[in-house]
Amino acid sequence: MLLLTAISAHAQTKLADSLKNLLKSAKADTDVVYACNRLARLYSGIGEPDSAVYYAKKALTLTSGKTYVAGLPEITILLADIYEKEHTPDSAFKYLKLTIKITDSLYSRQNKGNLQKVTAKEQPNQQELEKQREQAANQLKMYGLTGAMLIILIAVALQWRNNRRRRQDNTLLKQRKEEIEGLTEQLQLTQKQLIQSEKMASLGELTAGIAHEIQNPLNFVNNFSEVNIELISEMQTELENGTKEEVIEILEDIKQNLEKISHHGKRADGIVKGMLQHSRASSNIKEQTDINKLADEYLRLTYHGLRAKDKSFNSELITHFADKLPLVNVVPQDIGRALLNLFTNAFYAVNQKQKKGLTKYQPTVTLLTALEAGQVVIKVRDNGDGISESIREKIMQPFFTTKPTGEGTGLGLSLSYEIVVHGHGGTIDIDSVEGEYTEFIVKLPI
Amino acid sequence: MHTKILVVDDEADVQPLFIQRFRREIKSGEFDFSFALSGEEALNFLHDHHSEVVLILSDINMPGMTGIELLARIRKDYEKPPPVVMMITAYGDDENRHQAQEKGANEFLTKPLDFNLLKEKLYTFIQQD
Repeated sequence: MLLLTAISAHAQTKLADSLKNLLKSAKADTDVVYACNRLARLYSGIGEPDSAVYYAKKALTLTSGKTYVAGLPEITILLADIYEKEHTPDSAFKYLKLTIKITDSLYSRQNKGNLQKVTAKEQPNQQELEKQREQAANQLKMYGLTGAMLIILIAVALQWRNNRRRRQDNTLLKQRKEEIEGLTEQLQLTQKQLIQSEKMASLGELTAGIAHEIQNPLNFVNNFSEVNIELISEMQTELENGTKEEVIEILEDIKQNLEKISHHGKRADGIVKGMLQHSRASSNIKEQTDINKLADEYLRLTYHGLRAKDKSFNSELITHFADKLPLVNVVPQDIGRALLNLFTNAFYAVNQKQKKGLTKYQPTVTLLTALEAGQVVIKVRDNGDGISESIREKIMQPFFTTKPTGEGTGLGLSLSYEIVVHGHGGTIDIDSVEGEYTEFIVKLPI
Repeated sequence: MHTKILVVDDEADVQPLFIQRFRREIKSGEFDFSFALSGEEALNFLHDHHSEVVLILSDINMPGMTGIELLARIRKDYEKPPPVVMMITAYGDDENRHQAQEKGANEFLTKPLDFNLLKEKLYTFIQQD
């Protein structure tokens, strides 16, 4: 429009004429529509709406009944514009609708054409894509299958290998089990042997002590017998001389000597019996026993036994026996052995401390018996180096020992524990201060 | 000729035995026996009668102070004049004999005591004095 107004009226007339000529000679619809459009717009532009309408409608008439061509919407919209200016809305509306109709028709046709063009282009791509997809899918399937087969193969192989391993392990395990069973049997046998040799060893120790014990009474038997022979000779002489008082005196001495002979003979007999009892396997028969006598006997036996083994060994022995201690129902040789182990340990402890060479150290082992709360209490105390807390728990365990190898089986205390606790329903407790003393407290129910 | 002899042994019956076996000697005043039941008792006695006792007969294996220990103490405490000390023991082995000799024992006898032998030895020592 701006362009049109800029052109002079002359130019405009000239242009109009050219367009009219074009219209006359136009063959194609598009040309017709073009020319009419230009003319209509020209006349509308110079304020001659009637002419504009004339040419616009001419375009419609010339193309009516034919397929819409490009350019028509411009004409119809122009008509709508003109009628709107002329304040004839109905006509304006009519041509507006027409514009829309034509535009729609043109647009959809255009689109269809475009789409067809595009899909025509796409279709070959799609076909290729599909082919490719199929191929890819197939390949994937192939890979998948191979992969699956491989996995299965591997799984089978692993399983087979596991089975073989398991079978091998089982065979090994069986072998080991048999080995261990064999070893356990051996161990148990060895344990039994050790316990037996422990008993034998303690018996051996006792034997030395017993030998000493017997020698003293034997000494008296022999010596008093000899004395009596001398006395009788004297008496015979005196009888010849006739001094009655002398004879009476001598007879009295002879009698006393024989009493002593008898006493010491019995003493030796008792010692031998005791030794035989000890060596005999435990009868498990409980009998009413005087604990004081039993403890005293075993204390001395232990002491002498140890002295026989180790000449440098020495210790003070202190005994406090309770008066009127009631008899206790025990297996004498068992309790005796239990006490013997306690005594042995006590003597060992003081001996060890003595070897340290402390001045003014007097090794002392104390044996005390008492009656407390319906139980007979036996306390064995030594002034050795005591037992540390950490060891206290373990010392009653079988085979636990603080002695160097070969010096002790570690069975003594555990046997004592067995005898006192399991065999007689008693208790063994330990009281100790490191560096000062150890006391074993045995309690036996009456 | 009052030879004072101290006998040390933990066995109580040693006393009547000695008294009977040395009956004549005791009667004649040749020997005068005293008895101690332990090393401690012996030392106490010696403390009071040291100058009188010329001969000590001691058992080795006694509870508490052993005969060897007693011997050592006697040798240490009573040097002038040194009493004769004879050791008696039931074990009669080299170890004890050796130890007794080391500590200065004059003689070593074994149990059961042969009293004739003992008498002989006693006379030897007395005669030496």
